[in-house]
Amino acid sequence: MNERLHLSPNQRAWRRFRRNRGAAAALLVLLVLIALVLLWPLGKLAPAATVLPKAMTHLPDSISDTPFAPPSWEHWFGTDAHGRDLLSRVCHGARISLLVGLVGAAVSLVIGVLWGAVAGYGGGRWDSVMMRFVDVLYAMPTVVFVIVLVTAINAKLEKWQAGPHGLSERHAQLLQMAGLFVGLGAVSWLTMARIVRGQVLSLRRRPFIDASLVLGASHARIVRRHILPNVYGVIIVYLTLMIPSIILYESFLSYLGLGIQPPQASLGSLMASGAEQINPIRIYWWLIVFPGAVLALTLLALTFVGDGLRDAFDPRGES
Amino acid sequence: MSMASRSREQPPGAGLRLLALWPGLMLLLAGCTGGEPKADLVIINGPDPETLDPALGTGLEDLRVIGALFEGLARNDPVTARPIPGLAESWEMSPDGCVYTFHLRENLSWAPGQPITAGDVIYSWLRVLDPRTASEYAGQLFYIKNGEAYNSGKIQDPSLVGAQALDARTVRVELNHPTAFFLDLCAFQTLAVVPRQVIEKYGEDWMRARPLPTSGPYLLQEWRLNNKIRLVKNPFYWDAAHTRSAVVDCLPISAPNTALNLYQTGGADVIWDRENIPNELLDVLSRRPDYHTFPYQGTYFLRCNTTRPPLNDTRVRQALALTIDKRRLVEKVLRGGEPVADHLVPDGTANYQQAAGLGYDPALARRLLAQAGYPDGKGFPHCSYLFDAASGGEKIHEKVAVELKEMWSKQLGIDIELKQMEKQVYQAAQKNRDYDLSRSTWIGDYNDPNTFLDLFRGDNGNNRTGWKNARYDALMDEANNQVDLTRRAALLREAETILVREQTPIIPIYFYVGFNYYNPARIKGIYPNILDDHPLNAIWKIGGEKD
Amino acid sequence: MYFIKRILFLIPLLWLISFLAFLLVHAMPGGPFDRERTPASPEIEHHLLAKYHLDEPILKQYGRYLNGLLHGDFGPSMKYRNHSVTDIIAAGLPVSLSLGVLAFCFSMGVGLPLGFFTAVHKARWQDYLGSLAAAVVICVPSLVLGPMLIMLFAIKWRWFPVALWASPWHVILPTLTLGLYFAGRVARLMHEGMLATLHSEFITTARAKGLSETSILLKHAFRLAVLPVLSYSGPMLADLLTGTFVVENLFQIPGLGVSMVNSSLNADYTMVVGLVLLYAVVLLVLNLAVDFTHCLLDPRVRYE
Repeated sequence: MNERLHLSPNQRAWRRFRRNRGAAAALLVLLVLIALVLLWPLGKLAPAATVLPKAMTHLPDSISDTPFAPPSWEHWFGTDAHGRDLLSRVCHGARISLLVGLVGAAVSLVIGVLWGAVAGYGGGRWDSVMMRFVDVLYAMPTVVFVIVLVTAINAKLEKWQAGPHGLSERHAQLLQMAGLFVGLGAVSWLTMARIVRGQVLSLRRRPFIDASLVLGASHARIVRRHILPNVYGVIIVYLTLMIPSIILYESFLSYLGLGIQPPQASLGSLMASGAEQINPIRIYWWLIVFPGAVLALTLLALTFVGDGLRDAFDPRGES
Repeated sequence: MSMASRSREQPPGAGLRLLALWPGLMLLLAGCTGGEPKADLVIINGPDPETLDPALGTGLEDLRVIGALFEGLARNDPVTARPIPGLAESWEMSPDGCVYTFHLRENLSWAPGQPITAGDVIYSWLRVLDPRTASEYAGQLFYIKNGEAYNSGKIQDPSLVGAQALDARTVRVELNHPTAFFLDLCAFQTLAVVPRQVIEKYGEDWMRARPLPTSGPYLLQEWRLNNKIRLVKNPFYWDAAHTRSAVVDCLPISAPNTALNLYQTGGADVIWDRENIPNELLDVLSRRPDYHTFPYQGTYFLRCNTTRPPLNDTRVRQALALTIDKRRLVEKVLRGGEPVADHLVPDGTANYQQAAGLGYDPALARRLLAQAGYPDGKGFPHCSYLFDAASGGEKIHEKVAVELKEMWSKQLGIDIELKQMEKQVYQAAQKNRDYDLSRSTWIGDYNDPNTFLDLFRGDNGNNRTGWKNARYDALMDEANNQVDLTRRAALLREAETILVREQTPIIPIYFYVGFNYYNPARIKGIYPNILDDHPLNAIWKIGGEKD
Repeated sequence: MYFIKRILFLIPLLWLISFLAFLLVHAMPGGPFDRERTPASPEIEHHLLAKYHLDEPILKQYGRYLNGLLHGDFGPSMKYRNHSVTDIIAAGLPVSLSLGVLAFCFSMGVGLPLGFFTAVHKARWQDYLGSLAAAVVICVPSLVLGPMLIMLFAIKWRWFPVALWASPWHVILPTLTLGLYFAGRVARLMHEGMLATLHSEFITTARAKGLSETSILLKHAFRLAVLPVLSYSGPMLADLLTGTFVVENLFQIPGLGVSMVNSSLNADYTMVVGLVLLYAVVLLVLNLAVDFTHCLLDPRVRYE
């Protein structure tokens, strides 16, 4: 009992999280998945002379003469329409999907938290003007907003890139995703801002804030030391729940042809092209089952981790 | 229905109360759409037509329905797609090829007591040219004397336009030049005859007038956006006796799998266009008797932006062209029996002599690239390949792009960045020449090489490559003033050789094939032809229900 | 009083939304008339732009649009040139409404009991199974679920039609495809809400008063536990009622979801702004309704 008193709320939450077996297992799955995805193809780790199945060495973009090959020793997950190895594409895709989810969530985090915190802390007229702005954006259909934003940003970037910058291939690829990141982040920060603002508003009214002000603390210091630490929990929980929805939304954009640029892939774009394969005449089942399974696994793991975090930060779970 | 089995201990909530709406809604739905008789023929027409106004229609899916509703002086023969008499029963051409005189049929009417006259023909044509109509295909009438001047507002007096009604049944047309394909144009939908009395009464809303008198074999009974277009036989059409199907439904379909599912379960009789069946299944479907392909007037090609490096160098363009393994593309990716294209104008086009293209020669390509200053692709500047995203269904452009990128990287050692863009943005980027390489398509409007070769004149808005060649333009002019068709064909071939071999501002990839999917034992009256034009009134279904 | 004020506030909000949407779509590169083929002369393009006033400065265009709007005219569609935006909305809205309401009923009908049930059986196998099911349906995108359902129920067993919108039978599969995801969301929210309520003091009080467990759960706990679902149902219903692209595309349903996406992709300016306004009205009105219901269900809530 005594020991618990010395722990910060975050430390206490972490303890509770570890005790939640489901969430801990989900976290483990997620970490393994991330490690695998980052290290793939494992073949590049092996000595050069070893003969390995293509699934372990293949690059995700290299085409071959065996399109639509079912799973085999050579290609563990089979091949797609261009004869590309599906396993390496799924790994590559998972990497991009996680990146999109993380960066999209980070964009929304930065905008959302800043906006919400300023509105909540500032209060009064600031608060109402800033939150009305959120209301206006909130009342726009997400689909339209994302499509318009992604196309507009991409076209701007395109113009900029056409100039004499001499970007490397890698940077160009990242730049191509920028529109997607910003577009996805821009539609998901609204809820974040509302939540943070609500929290901050209630904290602002607490007596200890006034006490600090009287003691001469600056506003910046109060926000940094007293307000933000108390909203971390909510933010983290909300983030883990937001990442899956961003990943899913990217799959919808891929279906529209606005997602990741080919030949790169994301789990969403692999799913979208796999879904085209579902028809009564013949199904290349591996094209839908494997990306689908990895996507579902990732999303489920993220969701359970999010649930675990929320329970952990929720004081009601104390008992 | 799954709600019926809910547990009894369900607490009273919003869900339960709303649940009571279910039967009511079902009735509502049933009431809205029930009781419609089945169509004699159901056709999957592709995306929704943007308009059914002959003056405004541009897309294939628009033009197909417009063709069933409105007819011009000529129409296309269902078998050969060559122009045959339509509203006009005969015509004469002057010896210099510049004046045509058309004689309308006697039994033409919008409705009993309302004859279709030569005045209606002139009204319809002038309406297309009228700037206020804002017709995108007004160019189809620029071959007529003063047509362009009237459209651009340089002359205001419509009587100066070279189309006159000599009497109620005679139309005289004066052209700028002898135009070998003018009769083909007369069969084109833009020149179809529209009901003046309705348009003058309802203005912009005239398509919604009911009854809507038409000049073609069908009447528009219903047009529900995204749902269906129902056509019924027009009893006042001059050839109504030969309209084979009385009620025809044209369904708009956006996903190829949906189209095939409908077809397979008996919900549709005919599918036009290969974009409307799943590409993945072409190898299976092409072995079925339902699968029909034939030569068609369409070319898939790449435009090169010749105004900026590296593609301002002819050798680079040729190197790129020489390394495309087109055979692999058509066999592995397209798989619908498309022929490889080495020149722009599809084989089988009337008045055409084939030009020789560059072919496939990676070794020569590497030499050319080295001469241009990029041996083994070293130092090759950033270069991108632009293509448009298809929403929801077919991803052919993406597949071609992926293959091309790999071919260039493998054979030439250069890395081309793929740029997929949303359709309108892609069109704008191509138009403004904000691209290096861009995938392109051209579908011929009429059966003549001019509909393709005209594009790459220096001043044509559809050129979009920045390429301008005085010799090419001179050859085209000379050809189009020829009355001798063989001589004309030779001149056109010379021009095309400059285009696809010597200068290569464009790289042809493959020719489209015409594609129809229907059960030949059940559906009659569809004939393969190079325009892929199949008049609806000639098509019919044998027997009753499909299983 | 509070609600009247909020209703009045909708007017400037909608005006702002229309302005923002108008600017946004016009900022998109590529206009509605950029096509595969350029017209034969530049004048033709001029006529087109002039006809739709696209050659005027943007603010003037907006003024023109706003003026039309005040007269109840959403303008002509630039893509479907024989239709006005009002026509298209009038044709698509009833379809989207029916499908949306059905899917909403379905997701509530399945989600609420499921969430309730799993919460009552917390940490037992019923909970794990039910919660997993709810989590799984959230993770399956409708563009995968839809084709699967079609293949099994419409093609293999022929119980339902594959596509189109003609009879009550045509409605079942789209409703399922659309409703399952939301059922999962509702179940999770209900689950949370229920757990939170069961921990609260007033349930303990009720128990102390000796009320029967069923009565506590149904009459008291449910009332409060449904509040998170209620807040969620505003935006959810707005999304459902204004149509959903994937489902409409898969089943060829003439609703507004397809128009929403396609008009943005086609740069059909008037159509986009019209649909954005429609969505905004639906969402704002629903949110008002939700808050109002909130007041009714939870006596603790007071708006001023």
